[in-house]
Amino acid sequence: MDLNTLWFALIAVLFVGFFFLEGFDYGVGILHPFLGKNDTERRMIVNTIGPVWDGNEVWMITAGGAMFAAFPHWYATLFSGFYLALVLMLLALIVRGVAFEFRSKMDEPGWRTTWDWVIFFGSAIPALLWGVALANLIRGVPIDGNMNYVGGFFNLLNPYALIGGLASLTLFTLHGATFLTLKLGGGLEDRARVYAGVIWYPAVLFLFLFVAGTYWMTDVHERLGLDPGVVPTVAVLALFAGRWTISNRRDGWSFILTAISVVFATVTVFIALFPRVMVSSLDPDWSLTIYNAASSPYTLKVMSIVAGLLVPVVLVYQAWTYWIFRKRITPETHLHY
Amino acid sequence: MDVVILARLQFAITTVYHFFFVPLTLGLAVLVAIFETIYVKTGDETYKKMTKFWGKLFLINFAMGVVTGIVQEFQFGMNWSEYSRFMGDIFGAPLAIEALLAFYLESVFIGIWIFGWDKISKPLHAVVIWLVAIGSNISALWILVANSFMQKPVGYVLRNGRAEMDNFFALLGNGHVWVQWPHVFFSAVATAGFFVAGISAWHLLRQSDQLEVFKRSFRIGVLYATIGVVLSMLVGHSQAQYMTRIQPMKMAAAEALWETEDPAAMSLFTIGNEKERRDVFAIRVPGLLSFLAFNRFSGEVRGINDLQREYQITYGPGDYVPPVAISYWTFRIMVGAGMAMFALAAFGLWTAARKGVPENSLYLKLMFWAIALPYIANSAGWIFTEVGRQPWIVFGLQKTADAVSTSVGVGEVMFSLIAFTLVYGVLMVADVVLLRKFAGAGVPDDDATAAAPVGAV
Ligand code: HDD
Ligand code: HEM
Ligand code: HEM
Repeated sequence: MDLNTLWFALIAVLFVGFFFLEGFDYGVGILHPFLGKNDTERRMIVNTIGPVWDGNEVWMITAGGAMFAAFPHWYATLFSGFYLALVLMLLALIVRGVAFEFRSKMDEPGWRTTWDWVIFFGSAIPALLWGVALANLIRGVPIDGNMNYVGGFFNLLNPYALIGGLASLTLFTLHGATFLTLKLGGGLEDRARVYAGVIWYPAVLFLFLFVAGTYWMTDVHERLGLDPGVVPTVAVLALFAGRWTISNRRDGWSFILTAISVVFATVTVFIALFPRVMVSSLDPDWSLTIYNAASSPYTLKVMSIVAGLLVPVVLVYQAWTYWIFRKRITPETHLHY
Repeated sequence: MDVVILARLQFAITTVYHFFFVPLTLGLAVLVAIFETIYVKTGDETYKKMTKFWGKLFLINFAMGVVTGIVQEFQFGMNWSEYSRFMGDIFGAPLAIEALLAFYLESVFIGIWIFGWDKISKPLHAVVIWLVAIGSNISALWILVANSFMQKPVGYVLRNGRAEMDNFFALLGNGHVWVQWPHVFFSAVATAGFFVAGISAWHLLRQSDQLEVFKRSFRIGVLYATIGVVLSMLVGHSQAQYMTRIQPMKMAAAEALWETEDPAAMSLFTIGNEKERRDVFAIRVPGLLSFLAFNRFSGEVRGINDLQREYQITYGPGDYVPPVAISYWTFRIMVGAGMAMFALAAFGLWTAARKGVPENSLYLKLMFWAIALPYIANSAGWIFTEVGRQPWIVFGLQKTADAVSTSVGVGEVMFSLIAFTLVYGVLMVADVVLLRKFAGAGVPDDDATAAAPVGAV
């Protein structure tokens, strides 16, 4: 494997980690105004992700930094091309982050309700937009011979990409619900399970449509053949199996299954892309690939050493946080947020 | 308006805004860590209260720093895609390292610190805040490695129309980093010192409950502020000398020095005519600029007109003069604020040493309002650093006008500029409301705030 492939894989890993972790954070944020019937319940829900959401979000920041370092043209074309979508996402992430910290710091109901809805929209918008963005990456967007995006904002809102967005939105919400069945106590975990059972239907539907659409509307079947291979199959099957575990209160398994679904769906996208990082719909030769978009070999070498040293350390201490805060949140728990 | 101006305006607004929160994070993290360490070592409950009181304000500020940082991370791709293509090798690397080495560290451990009071042992809890403090300051180091390259490019080759890295250690060893980072760090120490001393002064003035907490906070805060100001001034002096060597044009603009002089006079007050490049009215102290630049009262400091001629020969026709008035005044505002801070902090330290805490109510009031000074100096300092480098975005290698995204239109940048500014404005209000509430509320008698059962709040 050359360094370009290694970095493609590493960025895929960062996105997988990001969607696995932040996926349930978004889900929790989306469910929180509905699942929590009063202020105490809503605080409990926010506190399930309180100690971890910021660390989870850094997976995205690192993915962005890694793209910048390893494939500067990818970073430049993607973010200048998907400009307005990214502005929306950034606005959502800004208000969402402060909402967690600010929400419970004042007693006025108006203040708290406002931030509750900020948390909802701040979570739902990125959850939707990430699916839209990834779908557009594999479907192809108008990129000219100078690696510049030449489509507008509405080019991004094609039916296939919207299905991708709805798939990520519902899948993350489901993932958040199964996470909450593990983290909440005092009866709220049962309500979370009921929600999981309901969201399961649209999640399965959109994920399935997305996989089917990928065959129908992108060049995947020409490049990879008709046999989908194990990865997307596992993503869909895991989600199907989730029906059974949710109904039978196997909460640990439900969470593992939605996690597998998120992980394998993300991997699918990166497999469909490889070795390209952005597909040009105007001319296949204008696509950005792991070679024409890359940094110099020297930078890739330096960064490989750095990542090799640091990533394991990060994984260890981040795992440690989950261990420290492994207990369920009950109405008796001391809450910060 | 053209895209370049709008993109610059947006960068300036979002970055200066980000840097409202950054210095307090950098400086206060260390101070809170010190408080908690003393508490763990001595078991003195007052230090625990101090940790919690200042820790709460720290967290409100920290949240704002984090969310505004996310915009910074993606902005280079959004508005400056040509810059990102040109600089990706060199800029991306420190940014990615910053994320791996620092952002994870601070954001994971801040979560443990907030939620972990009753989950991990006391000494471990103190270690955790130290890790946050170290993480934040490492993050500053790496982003300044990137910024230093833009001020003084090193360790690269020009290949394929891009600046490609060819020596990673040269990047880290860049002399500019080692004046800029200390200057930023000590400015951050001064910022936190003034913040703590100023809010404590307010409570001393009102004779709030828990006076002991605020007396001690004031004394430590004012000491911390003095250390920060003095060292940032000393480092600032070497930074100015360094700058005179690597970017003489910035120094000439900072002094509105049109013609080369030896010995060079320092301007105290100049009204100039930027178009014709001459003074309209000026008060100058002979020899002082030479001293600032070389530590002696003679020595040639080159003027704008000379440098402009020379740059045209080196880099081709063009205008190489940065906006002189902005450079001149932001430099003076920074240095002036620094001197005012030095006077206030030194007076406070001197009285504190003799009487415990100052009682003069005028002084205490001044100290409260002086919280603004480091913020003014920080913003002015950055505007000076960045504007003074114009027209270059990467000195000598790429011009700002060539760095902007080619695929982004005026309408889009206008939209994002307005949207970010509005949201930032609203958040600033919420931030100030909360800071006022918690800074004014004083110290709770027990642990009620950090560890209250849900039902209680
Ligand atoms: C001298 C210090 C300094 C400077 C010049 C900058 N930052 Fe910053 N940044 C910090 C010092 C810092 C910090 C102190 O480490 C922050 C503030 C609060 C925090 O949590 O970390 C931070 C937060 C922060 C975050 C959020 C991290 C998280 O989620 O925990 C990002 C993505 C950035 N920054 C990125 C940038 C970029 C791309 C900059 C270039 C314009 C930049 N910062 C300038
Ligand atoms: C947080 C600290 C920083 C502050 C307060 C700051 C401030 C500013 C300001 C005020 C401008 C506008 C200058 C003008 O329009 O003439 C600017 C421009 C810019 N700075 Fe910085 N800067 C900071 C850090 C950085 C860093 C770390 C980098 C990159 C390594 C950077 C890169 C740029 C770029 C790309 C521009 C846009 C082009 C320009 O107008 O010069 N800045 N910055
Ligand atoms: C007499 C005192 C000071 C001197 C001589 C001084 C000097 C300088 C110089 C020359 C620069 C520009 C460096 C460059 O562009 O290469 C700078 C930048 C800056 N200054 Fe100061 N400074 C002083 C005091 C302060 C104080 C008190 C603060 C804040 C509390 C401060 C905050 C900053 C900041 C944040 C920057 C931008 C970052 C950087 O380039 O280092 N300065 N200072």
